[in-house]
Amino acid sequence: MLTKRIIACLDMDDGRVVKGVRFRDPRDAGDPAECAAAHARNGADEIVLLDITATSGNRRTLLDAVRNTARSLFVPFTVGGGIRALDDAAAVFDAGADKIAINSAAVRDPALIGRIAGRFGSQAVVVAIDAKKIGGSFEVFVAGGRVSTGWDAIQWAGESVASGAGEILLTSMDRDGTQSGFDCELVRAVTEAVSIPVIASGGAGSARDFVEVFRDGGADAALAASIFHFGIENIAQLKHELHDSGVPVRWPC
Amino acid sequence: MIAIVDYGAGNLNSVKKAFDHLGAEVVVTNQPEALTAADKIVLPGVGHFSALQYLNSGGLREAVLQNISAGKPFLGICLGMQWLFEGSEECSEIAGAGIFPGKCRQFPPSVKSPHVGWNSLVVREGSRLLRGIAQDSFVYYTHSFHARVVAAMTGASEYGLRFVGAVEQGNIFGVQFHPEKSGDVGLSILKNFCEV
Repeated sequence: MLTKRIIACLDMDDGRVVKGVRFRDPRDAGDPAECAAAHARNGADEIVLLDITATSGNRRTLLDAVRNTARSLFVPFTVGGGIRALDDAAAVFDAGADKIAINSAAVRDPALIGRIAGRFGSQAVVVAIDAKKIGGSFEVFVAGGRVSTGWDAIQWAGESVASGAGEILLTSMDRDGTQSGFDCELVRAVTEAVSIPVIASGGAGSARDFVEVFRDGGADAALAASIFHFGIENIAQLKHELHDSGVPVRWPC
Repeated sequence: MIAIVDYGAGNLNSVKKAFDHLGAEVVVTNQPEALTAADKIVLPGVGHFSALQYLNSGGLREAVLQNISAGKPFLGICLGMQWLFEGSEECSEIAGAGIFPGKCRQFPPSVKSPHVGWNSLVVREGSRLLRGIAQDSFVYYTHSFHARVVAAMTGASEYGLRFVGAVEQGNIFGVQFHPEKSGDVGLSILKNFCEV
């Protein structure tokens, strides 16, 4: 039986994993390679590394981190942040990523999705969408949530699939960092609109939140960052609770 | 020495890295002679079946088939396993090796495609590649097309229907999932291949 994936996300700044509380006071959470290996040992089904600063000056830092992290990681590994062109993606794959995540660059140039998919396969292209509820609909934001596009998130999800995306990483900006639960309404709207896997992100706080986003949101995978750092929620324990609630998970690993 | 066939399709790093981790000697090559010189051959692959066109045109196809006939252990991963069948509906112009019968097909409309994630594997006893792998172990898949059940199937998974997760006949092995991305279970399978 296909299981629901639990994905650990590492936010990286200047080569170190950081975690802010509501985007402030980033605390150092360690070395990316060590964090990734620890999460994998603990039962994470996949690792996502996001370069949250992603300026051109620290490309080398990112690629070094990807290389070090990939070396001893034998679960799927996705890398995002600052990938603006096919060459950027190729360098990240070459350093050891299995998939890349693109967000602002895909909005700016939707054909980039197809160019990367054409060379590395759709399975390697994750389109990340940051969505915020405005009035009665969900709107796409870019540049780390700072810039509104006016695009409808559900429609953009569909268009990115048509362009060659292999998965959607869907983040609720309203819930991100709040630990108040995933936005099941948003997730449900996208999972019903697209035929590819959807990774729900933003708002994870408890095992109950994961059960709800899988059951009510129809998510194929759920991603969390803050609760998996500093041992707030142990992935192994989370998987036990999901299993007991009837959600199929990979356990034992 | 294990030769990983480079036919220009995607990313071969992760397969090489997994064998490196196991301490196996590996070479990534697109040279037919290097395949003949190697003890074992791995045909990796992700993406579209049409990527196999280069394999068919570069003299590599003949080299792989000759080495297989000579009894050299061969492992096809994902697209590399599908190549062992007659072909795929994904790209009907490209011929597979036809070692196993049937053409790879899409999943039924009742399930999302691609099939992405960790699925359980029903293991048939006696498989050399899956030796020591517990029943219903989880392995990582990412694919849109699948091979239908054949007599040589040694591992099966379910997704809308039952399909080939692993296949084996003599010195020829194939896995639809990615052992290089399947954690400790996957590394054990690659170690078994190193030891056949």
